[in-house]
Amino acid sequence: MATAVEHSAILTTGRYHAAAAQDPSLFAEVPVDPLGRVDLSALQQAVLGPGTVLAAVQSANGEIGTRQPLQGAHALCRSHDVPLLVDAMASLGRDATPEHFDVMAGDARSWGGPSGLGVLVVPERTRWRRPGPVSEVEHGRTDVEPMVALALSAAEAWQQTQANHVDQSASSFALVRRLRAAVGDLRDVDVVGDPDDRLPHVLTFSLLYVDGEALVIELDRRGFAVGSGSACTSSTLEPSHVLAAMGVLTHGNVRVTLPLNTIAPTIDEDVSRFIAELPDAVAAVRAHLGASDL
Amino acid sequence: MNPIEIDARGLRCPLPVIRLAEAARAAPAGAWIVVLASDPAARYDIPAWCRMRDHALHEITEVSDSSGSAGPPGESDPPPYLRFVVQIRPQRSKAGGAGSGSERSSRAR
Repeated sequence: MATAVEHSAILTTGRYHAAAAQDPSLFAEVPVDPLGRVDLSALQQAVLGPGTVLAAVQSANGEIGTRQPLQGAHALCRSHDVPLLVDAMASLGRDATPEHFDVMAGDARSWGGPSGLGVLVVPERTRWRRPGPVSEVEHGRTDVEPMVALALSAAEAWQQTQANHVDQSASSFALVRRLRAAVGDLRDVDVVGDPDDRLPHVLTFSLLYVDGEALVIELDRRGFAVGSGSACTSSTLEPSHVLAAMGVLTHGNVRVTLPLNTIAPTIDEDVSRFIAELPDAVAAVRAHLGASDL
Repeated sequence: MNPIEIDARGLRCPLPVIRLAEAARAAPAGAWIVVLASDPAARYDIPAWCRMRDHALHEITEVSDSSGSAGPPGESDPPPYLRFVVQIRPQRSKAGGAGSGSERSSRAR
């Protein structure tokens, strides 16, 4: 089982295996509340389901920032002997490192490390192996030769990130709070996710009568690179499964991810300029659709 | 009063919601609007619009017209779509916040 807002890598894999076995009950997707937080009583129902072997709960959602109640989820899983897999991709290097998990997965890019390196944190004395044929490499725990230089640079980046992690988080958290307040003053906006119990550096909002792709392009023209969970910006033309699971507006969606201060030394001014330019950018895109006075 | 019908099938987001909002602006309070939409985002965005603008969403039905269409079944079947039934509520005065859920969302005008 997994929460409905897990990364697609988990959800599509789970659905694929259930579909291949022609048994939809093999994979349970646990609903979230309007802030995107998993409902612990629904999680308990799923954990209690017959034959449950693994629960996947992310530390926080990288798209909307909401943190998940890992302590409660872990206690619940423990009491039913179901191991908890925590996807910490969105938190590592940006937020407190999760402490409640049986196995934790991460990506070195999350803390400014190189791409192409995944991290699996397995407690000592846990016996494990990769699925599939066992190779000689690293006692069968990987099927490629370890890329030492890659691992070393990821470790170095981790140490540097950890050295100023507390200041970095506090500064990002305050900037996102400023952004949330400014964005909330726009007309017809759905500001998404938990305002407080969240990742420090992520903000997502959706604007009525706005074409998400057009707004991404308009902001890009003004020098801001933002993401979007709107259907028009995805290759499948389906809106973000996270926004859909929360029941929030999916069109006109903008996802702001603040970079680390080390690579964005002028971030305070950049955020101020974003706040100053966003109303014009939104007005331009709404006017283009003839939706200025709706 | 007959419902106002909007056929937004084939339109991509945000156009189905814009068509609905245009009809709502012209309609008297209490009017019923039926929207047909095939865009996958409409399933989430029309309920969200109703919440943000404080209108009442009465019904969402999935429609696949295969039985009603003439001719052989199969490839000529029109694609499925959703049918929404919305009732327009009187709009509050300018500064009233109509949203529920996220902070300070959705100012009704």
